[in-house]
Amino acid sequence: MITRRDFLKIAAFSSLLGLGGAFTINALEKEPGQKVLKDLNALKGKRWAMVIDTRKFKTELDFEKVIKACHKAHNVPEIANPLHEVKWIWTDDYEHSFTGTAEEYISEEVKHRKFLLLCNHCGNPPCVRVCPVKATFKRPDGITMQDMHRCIGCKFCMAGCPYGARNYNFLPPRDYIKELNPEYPTRTLGVVEKCTFCNQRIDKGLLPYCVEASEGKIIFGDLYDPNSEIRKVLAENIVIRRKVELGTQPMVFYII
Amino acid sequence: MYDGWKIILGLIVFVIIVTLPFTMSIGKTYVQPKPSIDTPEIQKMEKKQCIEEKQYMREMHIKILYSWKDYATREGKRVYVASDGKKYNVSLQNTCMKCHSNKEKFCDECHNYVNVKPYCWDCHIEPKVGGVK
Repeated sequence: MITRRDFLKIAAFSSLLGLGGAFTINALEKEPGQKVLKDLNALKGKRWAMVIDTRKFKTELDFEKVIKACHKAHNVPEIANPLHEVKWIWTDDYEHSFTGTAEEYISEEVKHRKFLLLCNHCGNPPCVRVCPVKATFKRPDGITMQDMHRCIGCKFCMAGCPYGARNYNFLPPRDYIKELNPEYPTRTLGVVEKCTFCNQRIDKGLLPYCVEASEGKIIFGDLYDPNSEIRKVLAENIVIRRKVELGTQPMVFYII
Repeated sequence: MYDGWKIILGLIVFVIIVTLPFTMSIGKTYVQPKPSIDTPEIQKMEKKQCIEEKQYMREMHIKILYSWKDYATREGKRVYVASDGKKYNVSLQNTCMKCHSNKEKFCDECHNYVNVKPYCWDCHIEPKVGGVK
């Protein structure tokens, strides 16, 4: 039998909880009644992936064109100090790109070749697993995206990522951007950033900037579509990926 | 009443503190914030209306922007269909600020008045009038 006193206690307490709860939920609630749709032109894919034909990247200029296209469009700051640098797409040599699986007796030419590196948009991304605030997440189309509004700058994802694809903004990024692209935001001090596979372009039906700037040296497409160009390229060439042994299922393939 | 003077003093102090917001504004003139929509882009428009009704935008713009962020980054939905059927790109920089290119006279006017400091501009680039930082 519940006493009158207990009943009142429970009632008062739960109404208090209700009030508090309603306030919080209301503050976070989306504005209802909005109609927001996908662009009809958006590229449709279940698992975006990329093949980089490293044989075709010959001169410094080939790399520079691609890197510049990305970094300029996304307002990536140019910081010379490697401790503070921010990069979305960059290069490294064979040994450091394929640590652990690099062949010791591979041709000198390959050893000296440079490789274009970027976020691998892993099928099993450690950065997403470790993010304590779900700022970084997997989109249904396989893109590992990051919500900059949510990032608290804890750097767990940087520790989690085996590819060094993530950089923390130790310095105010706007001070290091020569020419701002007014169409795209910058980041702010204290957040982690990385390549987003140009999801803003995919959503509008365009290919990523690097793919466009590479003029055919990078192939982008839906890995789960057996008739896609990328599947054809993968079937016709022998490819390697970075650090597959870690089980992250990287989505960037390299033709050697 | 024991210690009556303490109680009365306490009450007086309490009343003074509670009414401070009112007493402090005595003599100050009330300046109503007037966000300006006088930009070349808006002047060109035949019907000067934002994506939705003025009153709705006044009340809801932050919630709209907040949910737009989620729609665009999380769901990849970037087309806003207004209640009159018109379609807009879901983007603060490329939609809102294309018309409201006068951030200082539009956004800041009310935000300063009510002393809120939204951190949109830490990342999003404001239109060039006031100069890009």
